[in-house]
Amino acid sequence: MKLNRRDFIKITGATAAGIAVSGLGFDLKPVKAHAGMLKTRYAKETTSICCYCAVGCGLIVHTSNRGDGRVINIEGDPDHVINQGALCSKGSSIKQLTENANRLTEPMYRAPNSDQWQKVSWDWALSQITDRIKKTRDAGFETTNAKGQTVNRTTRIASVGSAAMDNEECWIYQALMRSLGLVYIEHQARI
Amino acid sequence: MTNHWIDLKNSDCILIMGSNAAENHPISFKYITQAQEKGGTVISVDPRFTKTSSKADIYAALRSGTDIAFLGGMIKYILDNTLYNKEYTENYTNASYIVNKNFGFKDGLFSGYKKNEEGPSMGSYDKSTWTFDMDEKGVPVKDMTLANKQCVFQLLKTHYNRYDLDKVSSVTGTPKEDLLKVYKAYAATGAAGKAGTIMYAMGWTQHTVGVQIIRTMSMIQLLLGNMGVAGGGVNALRGESNVQGSTDQALLWHILPGYLKIPTSSADSLEAYNTKWTPKSNDPLSANWWQNYPKYSVSLLKSFFGENGTKENQFGYHWLPKAEDGKSYSWFDIFDAMYKKDIKGFFAWGMNPACSGSNAGKIREALGNLDWMVNVNIFDNETGSFWRGPGMDPSKIGTEVFMLPAAVSVEKEGSISNSGRWMQWRYQGPKPLGNSRPDGDIILELGRRLKKAYQTDGAVKEPILNLKWDYDTHGEFDAHKVAKEINGYFLEDVKIGETVYKKGSLVPAFAMLQANGSTSSGDWVYCASYTDKGNMAARRSNKDAANNIGLYPEFAWAWPVNRRIIYNRASVDPKGRPYDEKDWVVRFAGEEKDGKYTTSKWEGDIPDGPWYPLQNPDGTKREDGKHPFIMTTHGHGQIFGPGLADGPFPEHYEPIECPVEKNLFSSQMVNPTAVVYGTKADSHATCDPRFPFVGTTYRVSEHWQTGLMTRPQEWLMELEPNVFVEMSEELAKLKGIKNGERVKVASARGALECTAIVTKRFRPFKIGYGTVHQVGIPWHYGWRWPETGKEESANLLTPAAGDPNTRIPETKAFMVNVTKL
Repeated sequence: MKLNRRDFIKITGATAAGIAVSGLGFDLKPVKAHAGMLKTRYAKETTSICCYCAVGCGLIVHTSNRGDGRVINIEGDPDHVINQGALCSKGSSIKQLTENANRLTEPMYRAPNSDQWQKVSWDWALSQITDRIKKTRDAGFETTNAKGQTVNRTTRIASVGSAAMDNEECWIYQALMRSLGLVYIEHQARI
Repeated sequence: MTNHWIDLKNSDCILIMGSNAAENHPISFKYITQAQEKGGTVISVDPRFTKTSSKADIYAALRSGTDIAFLGGMIKYILDNTLYNKEYTENYTNASYIVNKNFGFKDGLFSGYKKNEEGPSMGSYDKSTWTFDMDEKGVPVKDMTLANKQCVFQLLKTHYNRYDLDKVSSVTGTPKEDLLKVYKAYAATGAAGKAGTIMYAMGWTQHTVGVQIIRTMSMIQLLLGNMGVAGGGVNALRGESNVQGSTDQALLWHILPGYLKIPTSSADSLEAYNTKWTPKSNDPLSANWWQNYPKYSVSLLKSFFGENGTKENQFGYHWLPKAEDGKSYSWFDIFDAMYKKDIKGFFAWGMNPACSGSNAGKIREALGNLDWMVNVNIFDNETGSFWRGPGMDPSKIGTEVFMLPAAVSVEKEGSISNSGRWMQWRYQGPKPLGNSRPDGDIILELGRRLKKAYQTDGAVKEPILNLKWDYDTHGEFDAHKVAKEINGYFLEDVKIGETVYKKGSLVPAFAMLQANGSTSSGDWVYCASYTDKGNMAARRSNKDAANNIGLYPEFAWAWPVNRRIIYNRASVDPKGRPYDEKDWVVRFAGEEKDGKYTTSKWEGDIPDGPWYPLQNPDGTKREDGKHPFIMTTHGHGQIFGPGLADGPFPEHYEPIECPVEKNLFSSQMVNPTAVVYGTKADSHATCDPRFPFVGTTYRVSEHWQTGLMTRPQEWLMELEPNVFVEMSEELAKLKGIKNGERVKVASARGALECTAIVTKRFRPFKIGYGTVHQVGIPWHYGWRWPETGKEESANLLTPAAGDPNTRIPETKAFMVNVTKL
């Protein structure tokens, strides 16, 4: 039985009104009781911070410690001093961001002039990327400028991103890019 | 933010302008509402009556791009009615400084202007007259009576005397009575013990005068004594969960971590670099905190290169790339160079420039000029798949694309920094989905492979080989190890005062960092975040500080040194007594004897330095006090700001694309130093009958930025399924458009199809030249999701013109047409 969200709201709404046998054709009571336990008995609880705006609202993430090890529920953290449990529409749907069939789960490659993606391995993708970086960097590396001053840079490679990364990831990312000699380093803060 | 989210509740008047906080930072309203319940006033100034406006006590409309005129009028109102905080203005700002007599301003230009025919910058200033008179000791000459005709205060008065109500109203389209309502309510915060604050976002930054809009407000905050106090400050509402942190960690071309400067080619040694960027003050009362610059730069190099950086090789200074003096490598410049085929390789890491960049059509075309692109994201996006986007023929596009799947935030551990500078730790819930990996692991592995590849041969190998890269535990990225590196270590035993800090221990605070290579710190402003006492960002105590104003000093950690309100020494009078005794931030609690302070002690928030106040209780001056604005060279808040590209006082100029034929304030139509790009993909149209309406972009709660993270989600897409263009009933009638119809919106650069939303939230503006209509479009969409391919990015319309200081695009004011399909 495939339900869209409107149907589901209708049905569960009816259940809440006290009709035990709902439009689903079976009793939801035991299901609800089980759902309540999922968060507590069968889950690991971790805290996180919302990934959208920069208010920095606290989240509680419940991850199944059985079976697939995926997220059961994400909700506002009532002990967080800023949001005190509250979340906006985006923050409230973070579970759907995490457990989403549209997510990329494999490295993909698009060859020159091709009209499709192909699935590739991490090892292959990273070795090819390393090769491209080295070739482009070495071909256009400037050790000195027109005035003879030391510059040790490449302007043939550019990087944008990312405010979506953690501080620690940002730090090692800029360190790596600068060690390669990139000066074209930008991200969301510029726009 | 100089303050932080919870502190909004302490405000007496909250001006929300250039932001729609109710929509885009919804949880902030928890504290805005609390301020309102305590009798505070909330003001919303916006071209559109937004969700924020609906909760405000006062609403005023203004035409997009006229904020400086609006705020310049407020400065005039404050000065004309003597509503500024006199003691604060005299003591804590540079209002009393005497300006070079050759400094001038005439018909929209400051002294020293030179046109630039080559572009992309339209012109620049020789700032040699934008200086202060110095006494024989090299300290700025001051007139504490503020009467000298050449002092900053008097020049300020003269400059803004032109911003009278009639003129401001004819430019902004705001009715005069509305201007007065806003001015009166906000200027009331100049009274002692009252605090006013500003909440702004991209509505201010995304203009060719963006920085100067913010400066105008900063000047108002200084005049009213609102900096450093609870419920005050200048608060930028940052739009991404870690855009504060990613800026602090310098994912920007012009800075290194901790706001150090990118080295340029003329700084040919570490010493030359440090000398260039270490400011000098001869005023013993100025802390001039940047005098510590070499401690931070050397400690940073030690974090980059570890033991490989030595005194002999200048700690690896020349292993860092140098920018060319005078050249910009900003966002716009990247895509301009890529469009001109000068860039071959490209990383789009957790970003979607094909939708987020202004003039996105040019960006999409430029991507086709690359040899290769690495696109790291959690969903396929319009950037990685640009070659199969609308109007593209894959067989003609030679760009190789590697698309790498990243983990989402709840699948990894590490810290992010919110808008209030709070660094907060996140823990891993589930493992990364499928074969996706945390960014940290991808970066770490790429670095390992590059190090290996360069072991045998390659151009200038040293920077790569010498880069410190030991941030893993059992082969996996370890956020704790990097967090500790960012904090910094003692690299040998270091004696400071009577204490010996052992080699290998974490540096407790940046005051202990050294310029001789004996300490490391990947980002000095984060020093004290991860110490031998533990991971400060992971703290969870909900106990408030003694002042009970919602600082929660043991919840997470704020940079710098856990200071929750910066410039807080300006919240007390020169004797160290709080201007607001109820909602005090810091107060001096040292002992006193015979009218003199004898010991130094502060209570409340971490003060901006431990020094004594400027005066003793008996009013005598102290030699060991410090001016409160410790990050400025001379210690004062800068009402006259000689550092910016476009003038020491903000001036109204029209947007690059505007609906009026004249600037009512001068014959300079647009910012004479604005940055405008000139390829055939960069056309602009001003006062052009083909594009008669002002356009602006904005956001809705249910989507985020380009929508890449929210468009592949069912619930959020159900709530906001289509890109829409919002317009007034009057404009809809004029164009024969009905609510809900699909229409075409076009600019000089591109076009897209939108659903028309006809509302009362937009109203035509009555301005000096007649009636101006404005429309607005959310920029959350792109052809990849939803899969109909019909919901496109509003940035196909926006211009390739930017602010001269930041090169941030002018996406908040441009010209469009709307037609029925």
